[in-house]
Amino acid sequence: MVLFTIAIIILAVILLAVAVYAVMQKDLLFATIATGIISLILSVMFFLLQAPDVALTEAAIGIALTTIIFVITIRNTSRREDEVRITEESQAAEIDKKIKAKI
Amino acid sequence: MKKVLVLLLLVVVGYSLYVPLSQIEFGTDRMGSIENPTTVGAYYLSKTPSELSVANVITAIVVNYRGFDTLGEVSVLFLAATGIGSILYRRRKEGEHSETISKPSSQLLQAGAKLIYPAILVLGAYVFIHGHLTPGGGFQGGAIIATGFLLMMMSYKDFHMNHTVLTWVESLAGITFVGVGIGGLIVGTTFLENFMPVGTLNDLFSGGIIPIIYVAVGFKVAAELAGVLDTLLSIKEN
Amino acid sequence: MENIDINQLLSIAVFGAAVGLILIGLYAVLIKKHLIKIVIGLSIIDAGIHLLFIAIGYINNGTSPIFSEKGISLVNEGVKMVDPVPQALVLTAIVIGFGVTAVALSLVIRLYRHHQTARIDQIKTLKW
Repeated sequence: MVLFTIAIIILAVILLAVAVYAVMQKDLLFATIATGIISLILSVMFFLLQAPDVALTEAAIGIALTTIIFVITIRNTSRREDEVRITEESQAAEIDKKIKAKI
Repeated sequence: MKKVLVLLLLVVVGYSLYVPLSQIEFGTDRMGSIENPTTVGAYYLSKTPSELSVANVITAIVVNYRGFDTLGEVSVLFLAATGIGSILYRRRKEGEHSETISKPSSQLLQAGAKLIYPAILVLGAYVFIHGHLTPGGGFQGGAIIATGFLLMMMSYKDFHMNHTVLTWVESLAGITFVGVGIGGLIVGTTFLENFMPVGTLNDLFSGGIIPIIYVAVGFKVAAELAGVLDTLLSIKEN
Repeated sequence: MENIDINQLLSIAVFGAAVGLILIGLYAVLIKKHLIKIVIGLSIIDAGIHLLFIAIGYINNGTSPIFSEKGISLVNEGVKMVDPVPQALVLTAIVIGFGVTAVALSLVIRLYRHHQTARIDQIKTLKW
């Protein structure tokens, strides 16, 4: 009982820390791996809470398949969160800034 | 300004979620006795080994007692796969396949994937055939088989899924599920009623229609997820 | 330590983790500007809700609800079985959550193909 309590408390703290990292990280590939780690820790917690069916399902679907569809989406869009698209308006704004800096 | 409002909303939501939950005592027995059941969980636990002869109570709930919800879930997965196929539709010429990976993978991955791929398929089939005896079932086994296909698709450039075969497997599995349910109607009782003979506990052929439905669900989920992964991996970049 | 102290600690840990996951996911959905980050937030909310359900159905010193030979011998000794109904609900919910994430990500890919950006504060045209 004491061992069970210690395991669940440690896993809960690690879970919250990894979730905060997944939301704050600007590089999207790292955030995806963090989501996979959340699924892994959640699967272990489900096993400790005596639910083996749910642990199997979360392990099979959450770790492998969710991570791979996120990576495929990152491959087809951008990798970093703060990417700026170069358009005519942003180029005009940059030229405006340079003219104002020179004046 | 927006951040302050959002943080305020989070505090309100967190407070209203946490305070009722802290009144629940964690781990107390709210289910009651199994011999004289008064709650739904105790009723399912008492009826499953005697009436259905199925060892895994969760399989009995998902397939037999709440079998209609499983039919809905399978159709939601089907709709998701169809939706992905139609959102990412690109007109392509006959027989042309986009490459999934641009460079061939290393020798280690190619040799290892070819060795481990049959073992993954057998493991997935084992999990959904024994769904009523051990933890497991159709969804878990189908996801494991789809992961095996994904391993081969990422290691070899020319390994593609045959979409015609996948469509046929998926349709036949769906027809089996609904057909077994209609069989219950033909016998004279309700839809998805357990009309086949139940065997003894912990036997492979026990539980009436439960193994048949789970095998059909396993094939259907494996075919759907493999089709979704193949569609996503073959997106041609500009 | 007395029994009640450990139980309180366990309750705070598990319910706190579940509510914390829901709040972190909600923060990501409301504040972040990149579409993939918003979908990651949705996935984290799902994980928190699933943990909440399984934690409600747990019984202290219980065993898993499977009537194998070991399970039957444990029940005859007097060990209780955990509530099976929330586990069946969460099983369905995990699969459907994966379906929703997959469709949302395919919509993100389609949107990127059209506007060449995936940030919602740079998509300024009203029509596709």
